[in-house]
Amino acid sequence: MNDPLPFRPAAKGTQPLHDTPAYGSTSKRHPNAPLLAFAHTLTETTGPRFAPAHFPALADLSVARGKSALGERIIVAGRVMDEDGRAVPNTMVEIWQANAAGRYDHPNDQHDAPLDPHFHGEGRVFTDAEGRYRFTTIKPGAYPWRNHPNAWRPNHIHFSLFGTGFAQRLITQMYFPGDPLLERDPIFLAIPERAARERLIARFDLGLTEPEWALGYRFDFVLRGRGATPMENT
Amino acid sequence: MPQATSQQTIGPYWHLILHPEWADLTRFGAAGEQITLTGRVIDGEGAPIMDAAVEIWQADPPADAHFPGFGRAPADDAGRFRFVTLKPGPVPGRGNAWQAPHLALAIHARGLLRPLFTRLYFAGDPRNEADPLLGAIADPARRATLIATPTAAATWHLDIRLQGAGETVFFDF
Ligand SMILES: [Fe+2]
Repeated sequence: MNDPLPFRPAAKGTQPLHDTPAYGSTSKRHPNAPLLAFAHTLTETTGPRFAPAHFPALADLSVARGKSALGERIIVAGRVMDEDGRAVPNTMVEIWQANAAGRYDHPNDQHDAPLDPHFHGEGRVFTDAEGRYRFTTIKPGAYPWRNHPNAWRPNHIHFSLFGTGFAQRLITQMYFPGDPLLERDPIFLAIPERAARERLIARFDLGLTEPEWALGYRFDFVLRGRGATPMENT
Repeated sequence: MPQATSQQTIGPYWHLILHPEWADLTRFGAAGEQITLTGRVIDGEGAPIMDAAVEIWQADPPADAHFPGFGRAPADDAGRFRFVTLKPGPVPGRGNAWQAPHLALAIHARGLLRPLFTRLYFAGDPRNEADPLLGAIADPARRATLIATPTAAATWHLDIRLQGAGETVFFDF
């Protein structure tokens, strides 16, 4: 039997460190011992199979209980590819987010901002054959947190992706262009390379925007590639 | 060439995508040797991580329409999680090696900027002795952090300590 192709390690500076003092909650939650490196096996190179019949799509978050949510309606769409430029088809994409006022429909969120009975904030779709996904939602509000004095999270949508192998598991956040809170956010800034963190900022896309309906934001994902690192050409 | 998208923390409000039934991997009617997995997720001060998401993935039995091979469970107020699944068999390793029965675990929580990955093996399985990954951990006490112990019939328990004394072995994935 041939060995499965391992995933390549992340490019230097593109992933946050577990120990990031500016983000206080990391202090008691990061391992002290070095992480154990080993060659990927079938366990890491294969991943979950979600029969779509068992995991129904929730593509439109902008309507709940029969009425439109308050806030700015937006379309968030893009492609899921791997580092070798291959589309990742039929993979589950989950999102969750605060409402337009910056409040999560979650019992632990006690921010003094209104809940919206017509917004819950959970979405789930599968990519198509070309790796494309699309959600309709509302633009989430910024919200305060207690990491440091007067701390506010930039507007963001949480994303969860699976890919084809468990070592491609990706949990991330999508941000919005022009947000002044980004340069003050220790979670965003925990990614060492500026170019890498700026790839977490969606692009406004007039082509995706639907006239008299919703603004469009494009946000593409890249999952880890397999095999040896290809030679750099330039 | 494109670089893989950066990870960000799952945060404290991930329960919006929580469906408790996902913790039962047998719910679509998969047949086999059913087991319960329990454990706790604990921080560097021994406090429970109440907002953790624990995910399991197993390459065996092979995933199909009746068995997703994947589960997600929340930690409760005491940091406890619980899964029902099918007991995995051995899985091919690299070369001619075989791996002892195991599951992969991913831990997500507020304060984890990217997932922590580890594995769960089963105490007393003679195949553990020849498992390449367990064999790569020289210190028996460290190796033991990956080995679940039986606590009741068909029930196995493993605590996940993110930091400090008894810290779980996590992987550079
Ligand atoms: Fe958030």
